[in-house]
Amino acid sequence: MGPARKRAVGGRCFRVGVYVPPRFPASWAGVGRRMRFMLLFSRQGKLRLQKWYLATSDKERKKMVRELMQVVLARKPKMCSFLEWRDLKVVYKRYASLYFCCAIEGQDNELITLELIHRYVELLDKYFGSVCELDIIFNFEKAYFILDEFLMGGDVQDTSKKSVLKAIEQADLLQEVRARDSEEEEE
Amino acid sequence: MPAVSKGDGMRGLAVFISDIRNCKSKEAEIKRINKELANIRSKFKGDKALDGYSKKKYVCKLLFIFLLGHDIDFGHMEAVNLLSSNRYTEKQIGYLFISVLVNSNSELIRLINNAIKNDLASRNPTFMGLALHCIANVGSREMAEAFAGEIPKILVAGDTMDSVKQSAALCLLRLYRTSPDLVPMGDWTSRVVHLLNDQHLGVVTAATSLISTLAQKNPEEFKTSVSLAVSRLSRIVTSASTDLQDYTYYFVPAPWLSVKLLRLLQCYPPPDPAVRGRLTECLETILNKAQEPPKSKKVQHSNAKNAVLFEAISLIIHHDSEPNLLVRACNQLGQFLQHRETNLRYLALESMCTLASSEFSHEAVKTHIETVINALKTERDVSVRQRAVDLLYAMCDRSNAQQIVAEMLSYLETADYSIREEIVLKVAILAEKYAVDYTWYVDTILNLIRIAGDYVSEEVWYRVIQIVINRDDVQGYAAKTVFEALQAPACHENLVKVGGYILGEFGNLIAGDPRSSPLIQFDLLHSKFHLCSVPTRALLLSTYIKFVNLFPEVKTTIQDVLRSDSQLKNADVELQQRAVEYLRLSTVASTDILATVLEEMPPFPERESSILAKLKKKKGPSTVTDLEETKRERSADVNGGPEPAPASTSAASTPSPSADLLGLGATPPAPAAPPPSSGGLLVDVFSDSASSVAPLAPGSEDNFARFVCKNNGVLFENQLLQIGLKSEFRQNLGRMFIFYGNKTSTQFLNFTPTLICADDLQSNILGTTWASDTDRQTKPVDPTVDGGAQVQQVVNIECVSDFTEAPVLNIQFRYGGTFQNVSVKLPITLNKFFQPTEMASQDFFQRWKQLSNPQQEVQNIFKAKHPMDTEITKAKIIGFGSALLEEVDPNPANFVGAGIIHTRTTQIGCLLRLEPNLQAQMYRLTLRTSKDTVSQRLCELLSEQF
Repeated sequence: MGPARKRAVGGRCFRVGVYVPPRFPASWAGVGRRMRFMLLFSRQGKLRLQKWYLATSDKERKKMVRELMQVVLARKPKMCSFLEWRDLKVVYKRYASLYFCCAIEGQDNELITLELIHRYVELLDKYFGSVCELDIIFNFEKAYFILDEFLMGGDVQDTSKKSVLKAIEQADLLQEVRARDSEEEEE
Repeated sequence: MPAVSKGDGMRGLAVFISDIRNCKSKEAEIKRINKELANIRSKFKGDKALDGYSKKKYVCKLLFIFLLGHDIDFGHMEAVNLLSSNRYTEKQIGYLFISVLVNSNSELIRLINNAIKNDLASRNPTFMGLALHCIANVGSREMAEAFAGEIPKILVAGDTMDSVKQSAALCLLRLYRTSPDLVPMGDWTSRVVHLLNDQHLGVVTAATSLISTLAQKNPEEFKTSVSLAVSRLSRIVTSASTDLQDYTYYFVPAPWLSVKLLRLLQCYPPPDPAVRGRLTECLETILNKAQEPPKSKKVQHSNAKNAVLFEAISLIIHHDSEPNLLVRACNQLGQFLQHRETNLRYLALESMCTLASSEFSHEAVKTHIETVINALKTERDVSVRQRAVDLLYAMCDRSNAQQIVAEMLSYLETADYSIREEIVLKVAILAEKYAVDYTWYVDTILNLIRIAGDYVSEEVWYRVIQIVINRDDVQGYAAKTVFEALQAPACHENLVKVGGYILGEFGNLIAGDPRSSPLIQFDLLHSKFHLCSVPTRALLLSTYIKFVNLFPEVKTTIQDVLRSDSQLKNADVELQQRAVEYLRLSTVASTDILATVLEEMPPFPERESSILAKLKKKKGPSTVTDLEETKRERSADVNGGPEPAPASTSAASTPSPSADLLGLGATPPAPAAPPPSSGGLLVDVFSDSASSVAPLAPGSEDNFARFVCKNNGVLFENQLLQIGLKSEFRQNLGRMFIFYGNKTSTQFLNFTPTLICADDLQSNILGTTWASDTDRQTKPVDPTVDGGAQVQQVVNIECVSDFTEAPVLNIQFRYGGTFQNVSVKLPITLNKFFQPTEMASQDFFQRWKQLSNPQQEVQNIFKAKHPMDTEITKAKIIGFGSALLEEVDPNPANFVGAGIIHTRTTQIGCLLRLEPNLQAQMYRLTLRTSKDTVSQRLCELLSEQF
């Protein structure tokens, strides 16, 4: 036993021999830090945009939207922008008549999510030129496209305003000009 | 930039949307929609082939209708057709429709996948982007099956455009989240890591997201990302606010990327010293910047800056190794606690919760107790108040439990209904956990019932009764207190339950006082009877019959009550039955029988409290579990630090956090399952194969235990034979000398020792020589042992893998005319292959933290079997084979040790901590090793030694 003990005194054996990569609590593995969905709704409780980043059944979606709108609309202006809801954290901000609302998992960063919302609003604003609720209603598909350029699977794809808008504008350039709108458009 | 000029307005769509907006009623809206649906259906079914534009327009209308909340059951095929259009907008609308509406219609998926495949192969970055977005949006398993192999190639191909790389990284991330098994790690992983060095910050951002998720499950594969991430981060935090151009957000350089890099680093333990220094600098810079005056008054500036700061604090807490940074983080959060921004106060309270569970910062967090209590009282937002409650719960320890519980109780009076039950559970848990004085505990729970009776769940009042019954020192007080509480004109039914139960058991303890004579007690309880629900009445009836036994003087009164029609003829079967049976019992049974039947309840077996489980269920797994987990970790942690929980009161021998409440009763918790009595088992096993093997010799188990911490001595002795041992071990090898002494004057004949042992412990008997002889020539076992002589046998041992069962030595010989057969367990135990390891306090904590997986830890709480002598304990730990680490545990009464178990193939690091509790004459032993079976076995072995 003697010689063995001597060698061990430095503690090196331990470090070399048995480093085990740490394992994390279940809540950290794979989940815990991602966005689950994003909603845009009006003060009157009309849903204007919804984006789900985790497969959710249609029925469940409707239930969640209804419930969450109720909770958020009931909150007073000076209250904090975060709230716990079900097992999620909701980050929301109101811009004029519209509520932008992200549901993230507990470990995610609330403030950066709040700014994510702001960046999205800026993108809409830049694209539509002082965006208002009506722009989003009538051009809902554009609102989705811009969101898709900005976020993918709930993660931010590019935070540069220029990059995102460039992508959208490029797409617009690709669009063929349609002059025939007036002809057969009344259905 | 006016919007209208952009792209193509689909006028028909705009008209339809206006129509819908102009609808005055829901009915009108539905009518308009149905009309539109009919129109679209007929267009799709019509003979005239639709051109791309019309298809796009109609698909878009369907999408709009769907988003309004109506069901759409057609149009999918038209949308899929759009995917193969060459026109970007048509393709785009097609993909949007699919993303929003697709279900796992297998036929469609095949077509969609085909279209995606074509677009991915098109080398047109815009089309590739659309296809990748669609995969990410749908993210189904079918998609993963089809594309999980392809996307990594796109991601790391040299000629892929930056924007496509970004999409590919996030798309892969999405697929990995749904179907990790379908995303194989491979050569591409190292190339992905190098994307952290990419010039394009957008690519770096997307890659960081991907790597942080992949690294959680494959830390080895992505190890190299740590140093890259640190240098990237360092470049960002030291850059001037304009350096990163468009990636600077309100004067904050690349906040998203910074947050993601900090998050990636949270997948790993603190890096090597060189990198660590650089990282510490980064973290310090971030903390310093928080103190600088803001570069902009805009809230976006401070939000982005603080987002990075909070993520940095998370990393500091995760590493939990730099006391300096932890305390700075705590001070920073302390400032935020009083910030005018509600958001920051909320987040500060939240972060502090995790900080409270670090040994280095627990005390620092505690200094903010007044601010937190104030927040509880003054915050206008319930979600902030809830955070304050959580933080108070997290910072609670023995020193401040009374104050915190009092504050929570008073808050409960005005608390929002939504969080009352949770607070009740928390108060109940804290009151029990930190009760020094059980009268305080009883008072607290009764207050709880008084203030928020409706929110006091069954678990809570069951628990108070269990505790009162198990602790005789509090029974009289409890009886007196409930009696007084019941005087209130209106009291909650839960109080009647507790009162009824306790008076039924211990009413006699206060019956001497004329103010609470038996009759008064009975009248008081019975005055509540009619207001109570059936279960409570049933409980009270049992109390009454208990009174019949306790107080013969009220027997007739009670019999009258039981006999009344309202009892005997009660419509409720349970009540009626109880009344009939109790009445009969009180009439026919003799005093002796009554006294036996109605004896005081025996103590409840100590088991874990269900309250914690309930709290967890309520709060959802993500929040409380973590908190509890970390709390548990702390209390089981080596430092003893702020919370010197005596072993007897916070037993946590199971990995379940709810076991915290285990040991609170009068009876000490039973030691965890005793080591399987392998003696008996072994015999069973062997009697099948070798029928001649004797059962283990009596007493050999005791001797076996004695050899766990020593190597030499007498293993077995009877009138005939003595077996002595001398052994030495080195790494995974060992050699044991066995001495057989013939105590008689007669020769043993046919002396045959055999060794029976499991595969994982290879041993081969080399041979025997005479004890006096030193040349170890291998010769067959001499079949005879002369009277008074001693023969020696050498056994070589190799530990192949960790093991539980010890080998059995079986000796058969003839003595006189009789056949002798002796079996003893040979004390070759796992700890013999220990190599002690010295380490400094910090290293020890570091490793202790790394072994935080519940399976890696085994804990046992047990009563001391020997006098608790420090020096003897030390000698035993050293004899056990681990190094005894001095000045590592802040509590000098505790012992910690470290070592490595060597087997042929692996080395297993082991940490141990033994906390004696002199007062209770108990120990708590915690083993953490990288292998669960090793933790288990070592804990069993060592527990037997004290």
